[in-house]
Amino acid sequence: MTTGPDDATPIRFELRRGAVTALPLAVAVGLFGMSFGVLSATTGGMGALPAVVMSATTFAGSAQFAAASILAGGGQPIAAVAAALLLNARYLPIGISVARVLTGGPLRRFLKAQLVVDESWAIAARGGGEFVAGRLLGAGVVLWLSWVGGTVVGVIGGEALGDPTALGLDAAFPALFLALLASQLADRGAVSAALLGAGIAVVLTPFTPPGVPIIAASAAALIGLLDR
Amino acid sequence: MSGIWGIVAAIGLGTMAIKAAGPVLLGSRPLPRRVKSVVALLAPALLAALVATATLGEGQSLVVDARVIGVGAAVAAIAVRAPTLAVVVVAAAAAALARLAGIG
Repeated sequence: MTTGPDDATPIRFELRRGAVTALPLAVAVGLFGMSFGVLSATTGGMGALPAVVMSATTFAGSAQFAAASILAGGGQPIAAVAAALLLNARYLPIGISVARVLTGGPLRRFLKAQLVVDESWAIAARGGGEFVAGRLLGAGVVLWLSWVGGTVVGVIGGEALGDPTALGLDAAFPALFLALLASQLADRGAVSAALLGAGIAVVLTPFTPPGVPIIAASAAALIGLLDR
Repeated sequence: MSGIWGIVAAIGLGTMAIKAAGPVLLGSRPLPRRVKSVVALLAPALLAALVATATLGEGQSLVVDARVIGVGAAVAAIAVRAPTLAVVVVAAAAAALARLAGIG
């Protein structure tokens, strides 16, 4: 097994650390899971059971909301699938970035990879391209439970819970990404990649389907070829 | 109703495959130096893109709403070295207050 500098830290400690860091987000994720459940169950686009199964298997909020809203709006099934997979295409570079630390045989790697979502990945990032697997898995389990649990509550009758945006929860996600980004900006290369990545995403947003801007932003990392 | 299960399966299996491709196919193989220096910059590039789209994006439009106030509060919290949890809570509270005040 490849060893990293953190291998002296007990895995249990890192799992707990990831889980605890993810807790406040789990509240937000759970509430958004509820709104996904409500949207799916009430707008006639999807139905209760498919919504819960989708949360458990796809486990990616933006893609699921995109698919549900396309179906609710009477869109083509192929459009819903394409939008969701396009939004999730960012997990290809993200998966590559954590490939080295998600150890084990192919099945273990496959299962661990399913716990990768933006938030668990970001929590696991230590800067310089290093990731702590325990933190990713601990955070991933907590977020999966709150996402699926929230969806179940939502499809059963979450309308009473109100709109999560009224609680400002939609601002919680960029805030988390920003806090984690701030800890990554150790050198000029990282700052340049961040500025370029954000610029690409903003410029492309009006012209491409949702999901494409984030995938395209990963091209900013190519500046790593320049000065090393 | 059978159509919906096809959609759920396609999105679910497709997403699982995308997430697992790197970890399963690459494994623990050490990456070449040049690839490594690109991978090292994936996190800042993608995180910054997520910040931008989660703050300003709404479908295919860019909008300035209460989220911007929330993220502004997050910047302030990060500047005073608040823990991540506090940054997230401050941002949500600021955005909620802004909406309560009728902004965005």
